[in-house]
Amino acid sequence: MTVKELAKKLDLTYLSCEDKAAKREINGCYCGDLLSWVMSKAKEDNIWLTVMGNINSIGVAVLTDVACIILTENAPLDDNAKEKATENDVIVLTTSKTSYQVAAEISKL
Amino acid sequence: MEPIKLHYVVSGNDFTCAGEASGKIKRELKGLGFPNDIVRNVAIAVYEGEINMVIHAGGGVIDVEITPECISLDLIDEGPGIPDVSLAMKEGFSTAPENVRQLGFGAGMGLPNIKKYTDEMIIDTEVGVGTTIHLKVYIK
Repeated sequence: MTVKELAKKLDLTYLSCEDKAAKREINGCYCGDLLSWVMSKAKEDNIWLTVMGNINSIGVAVLTDVACIILTENAPLDDNAKEKATENDVIVLTTSKTSYQVAAEISKL
Repeated sequence: MEPIKLHYVVSGNDFTCAGEASGKIKRELKGLGFPNDIVRNVAIAVYEGEINMVIHAGGGVIDVEITPECISLDLIDEGPGIPDVSLAMKEGFSTAPENVRQLGFGAGMGLPNIKKYTDEMIIDTEVGVGTTIHLKVYIK
C-alpha cells in the first residue's frame, strides 16, 4: 500500500509532500513520541504516529527512512519543521484522531 | 583507496541544527554506495551524538574517516564530562533538563543507541574537561 492510498482510507490531511505520496510504499507502523526511542525501534517504511511536530521529528524521519509521519490529535507542525520536511521529501499528514485510534484502523487494513 | 576524511562542527544549544552532520554523513555514505543498513546505523549513532553535544556540552566536532572496510567516527566535545559512564550507558538513565524532554529527547537512549548501532564504542571522558566517543562500524 502507498501513503496516498492510506491517506484516502483514513481520511488524513497532508501537511507536506503530497506529491510524493503515490510512490511511497508503506510497511508496518510505529507509535511513539520519544525521539531516541523511535530512532531505535522504528523500521524503514513504517508509518510513524506521533504528536511531536518539531524539526527534530523530521530529522528522525529522515534517519529512519519511515514512509510518513502522521501527527495525531491535531498536533501542530512547526513552521521550520514543515520547511525541513519539504526539503527532505518527508510526507507529513495530520488527523484529529488519537494514535490509538489510527493504529487500530491501520491494523484492519 | 585513500581514506575519505570529513569534519563537522555541531553548534551548541541549537536544536534546529542538530541532525545536520548526521544528514550530511548519511548522504555522503549513500553516495559512496554503502549498504542501506550501514548508512542508517551510522546516521543514527551520529545523530544521537549530535543531540548529546547540544544538550550537554555546548556543541562539539565530529571527525569521520571512511575506508571500504570501516567507518570510524570521533565525537569530540569540551563539555562537563560523564561522571559515571556505566550509569550513563543504562537505557532510561538521563540527566536532560525538562525543556529538552518536552522536545522529545532525554529518554535515556542516546548512548545505548550509539552502542547498539556501532561495532566498537570507546568513551574517553574526564569531568570538567570533555568527552570523546570513538566509534567504528565495520563493513561486513
